[in-house]
Amino acid sequence: MPTVHFTPALKRFRPDLKTIEVIAATVSEVVMGIEANYPGLSAYLVEDNGALRQHVNIFINDTFIRDRKRLSDRVSAGDEVHVIQALSGG
Amino acid sequence: MSAKTLLLGTRKGLVVYRKKKSGWRFDRDHFLGIPVSIAASDPRSGTWWAMQDNGHWGVKLQRSQNEGKTWIEVTAPKYPEGEEVKAGAPATLKYIWAFSTGGADQDGRIYIGTDPGGLFVSDDNGDTFELNRGLWDVPERKEQWFGGGRGDPGIHSIIVDPEDDRHIYVGISCAGVYETKDGGKSWQHRNKGLSSYFMPNPTADVGHDPHRVVMCPGDPAKMWQQNHVSIYRTVNGGASWKDVSQKKGPAKFGFAVAVDEDDGNTAWVIPGIKDEYRVAVDHALCVCRTEDGGKTWKKLTKGLPQQASYDLVYRHALDIDGDTLAFGTTTGNLYMSDNRGNKWQCLNNNLPMVYSCEFV
Repeated sequence: MPTVHFTPALKRFRPDLKTIEVIAATVSEVVMGIEANYPGLSAYLVEDNGALRQHVNIFINDTFIRDRKRLSDRVSAGDEVHVIQALSGG
Repeated sequence: MSAKTLLLGTRKGLVVYRKKKSGWRFDRDHFLGIPVSIAASDPRSGTWWAMQDNGHWGVKLQRSQNEGKTWIEVTAPKYPEGEEVKAGAPATLKYIWAFSTGGADQDGRIYIGTDPGGLFVSDDNGDTFELNRGLWDVPERKEQWFGGGRGDPGIHSIIVDPEDDRHIYVGISCAGVYETKDGGKSWQHRNKGLSSYFMPNPTADVGHDPHRVVMCPGDPAKMWQQNHVSIYRTVNGGASWKDVSQKKGPAKFGFAVAVDEDDGNTAWVIPGIKDEYRVAVDHALCVCRTEDGGKTWKKLTKGLPQQASYDLVYRHALDIDGDTLAFGTTTGNLYMSDNRGNKWQCLNNNLPMVYSCEFV
């Protein structure tokens, strides 16, 4: 099962947030797994239509996902998935 | 009973002021660092609401049933899959720009106005929302609504007639005013009399830019709008609007407007220099009041800075409670008057940019 790590910035909204393992073959399914573990959290990561929010990034191991709209990038058992925020603004 | 609490939606959170024996005092803030587009209260239940524009993480909706001691994040409205703002442009929630409770006997009914133009309705105090199809499906929406200050059309004003909760108006930038008399099943544009120089046909039915629309609660046929172009007033529930701005004088461009709770002839606006400037007129902050339906305006400046002022007051950042008015500005100033604007007191010079101001 892929392991999902979260940016500490999300802890403000979900103090109970921990690294989790999810059953998933795609990033879209990773997001579903996140929602199953933390109801409501997926809305912090994706828009109404399921596309990744502009200032959110997801890495599989050390590579950005390519499909930010449909989240179709594939993940495998043993992958490390990182949910991070872009740094912007002042 | 006069208000004892003032809620401010600001760029850095929700700020609460409380009325003490010694006067209005800063109480505390909530959601420090997170922009709150609107902070509001529900007079029926005492519920407080904070609409958050939570940067990277999207639009959020917070509810408190104990005056901010604890908050619960409720699921923000979602556009149904496949809905479009324009052909090929998916509709997703970008910003919450309006909040209203339903009628006094509609327990749990609330309305949310959004960018990109959807009106959402909840009948369970925000646990679930549904897109109002009647307004979303008006045939001209995709072709004739467009973005004003924001990229896409947005609903910034929602007014429920206190005498008939099926009778509702919304103000949309840019589209204009719409009215329903059947609780939202069907909507009609109500823009007769408006003239918008920025449109190919300035008097077209749709495409106008009301910045803020308000109704006199004690005389609901009388409504006011601070429009991008002028100040307009209707005495017939929006069937026709009349330009009542000053030909010579500051009362013309601005965002906020307030109307007296009983007297539909008395209203306040806070002028700015139009379009590309958007600062106080002549670097001097003033409030203008009319007591004769806009025939004449009185410039009120006592207690307000008359030099080096860059203040602008956004559309939701002026509120009235009896004879008391309060407004917050883009430069973080908070002013209050307890005598209908004749004299103002500055409560704070150091707030974040103020987006909304509401008496509780």
